[in-house]
Amino acid sequence: MSRRIPSLAPTLRAIAAGAALVFVSGCSTVSQVGGIVGQATGVMNADQAEAMTKSAQAIEKTFEDITPQQEYYIGRAVAATVLVTYQPFDREEANAYLNLLGQTAAQFSTKPETFGGYHFLLLETDEVNAFAAPGGLILVSRGMVRCCKNEDELVAVLAHEITHVDHQHGLKAIRKGRLTSALTTLGAAAGSSLAGGQLAEVTKAFEGSITDITSTMMNSGYSRTTEFEADKGAVAIMKKMGYNPAALVTMLQQMQGQLKPDSHGFGKTHPSPEVRIAELKKVIGNEAPPATSTVRQQRFQKAMGGV
Amino acid sequence: MKRRRKRWLSLGLIVLASAALAGEPVPMSVQVKSGQVLDTPSFLGKVIARVNYGDRIPVIEQQGDWSKVTAPDGQIGWIHNSALTKKKIAMKAGGQNAQSGASGDELALAGKGFNSDVEADFKAKNQNVNFTWVDKMEKIKVPASSMQQFLKDGGIQPAEGGKR
Repeated sequence: MSRRIPSLAPTLRAIAAGAALVFVSGCSTVSQVGGIVGQATGVMNADQAEAMTKSAQAIEKTFEDITPQQEYYIGRAVAATVLVTYQPFDREEANAYLNLLGQTAAQFSTKPETFGGYHFLLLETDEVNAFAAPGGLILVSRGMVRCCKNEDELVAVLAHEITHVDHQHGLKAIRKGRLTSALTTLGAAAGSSLAGGQLAEVTKAFEGSITDITSTMMNSGYSRTTEFEADKGAVAIMKKMGYNPAALVTMLQQMQGQLKPDSHGFGKTHPSPEVRIAELKKVIGNEAPPATSTVRQQRFQKAMGGV
Repeated sequence: MKRRRKRWLSLGLIVLASAALAGEPVPMSVQVKSGQVLDTPSFLGKVIARVNYGDRIPVIEQQGDWSKVTAPDGQIGWIHNSALTKKKIAMKAGGQNAQSGASGDELALAGKGFNSDVEADFKAKNQNVNFTWVDKMEKIKVPASSMQQFLKDGGIQPAEGGKR
């Protein structure tokens, strides 16, 4: 990085962009931003700038105040809500294998320990889809499993979802006002038990948060940047684990063939496999993955063959 | 965000490292329901103790993403940093809510905020949402030994023996 002091204009642009980002993501540098931007552009006096800085700090705090335990309860309700639309695929052997592979992969993520741990479940749908609820509850459709021809490719799918969990992408989809109101109510409550009216207030914020996350996951999708981040996280997990990350590319190539133009699921919520592959190749190059081992192929077929 | 986390992490490491140099264990709290303490700083190690949410455990040493701790049963082993927080976690005792003058930055009140009461209220208001399968999937827990066997059988060799 250059050490030269940059001119003011790009700095201000960056700060403004940062300010927008802060409200979305709660970045650390953000609390300063309101003050700096407003004063530098001359639209605010010092008092107003200070007030804005304070409220930015409050917003940051609400995000940080989601403890792992609260993240766990959010994740449970998100998974339960997704399961209203999608039925579970109740086959013990397949789900056991999915958990063996997925929980092992999670150990190699940047956040291997979450409050309730990582757990995986197949969904009874041909749609190509997968959902990562906060805290580590991960749902994967039969249609998604069919994009994988071996264990190495399935672990790539799971590692992508695990990264959504450990980077807290779900929580970041919560509209900020919701947490501020919940936090105010909680601040007023002395202990951990809430009185009737307070409980209703917090439940409302909870319901709103669940809606924000599920509608992002199921309808609008995360940003392209977020999805690329999850792909990069998947590469990191696979490398640490000892699988060849190029399996993510071959999985995406198969997915490209399975997605219908008008399809729901990944066709709607994710950048196209083609775009993701191009982005991935910048990180891992063009090398084809080596063949999977016989043992891995056999156990994958045994558990997932009929899925 | 990542940068910030890293900054905090490195700050934390410096604090811990200096404390470790001074030979003073740094108390940390377990922030997961159930955490595992292993005999090596790696998930490929053997689980030698379990710690529970809210347990206050002394960190003796830091190595990468791992902390060497003394478990409540006296066993010394390694736990991943993601299971720990520097905040104290106040548990409800004898039906009384924990009270403290400490701010939220220093203290997390167990069960405060989105908790089982809120979940129950949410369930009552959204009866079409069914938690049966969520409870079922949470029960699927793969022991560390099975994970290690699974990797070994599949001819998978984690980089650096799983140490991070």
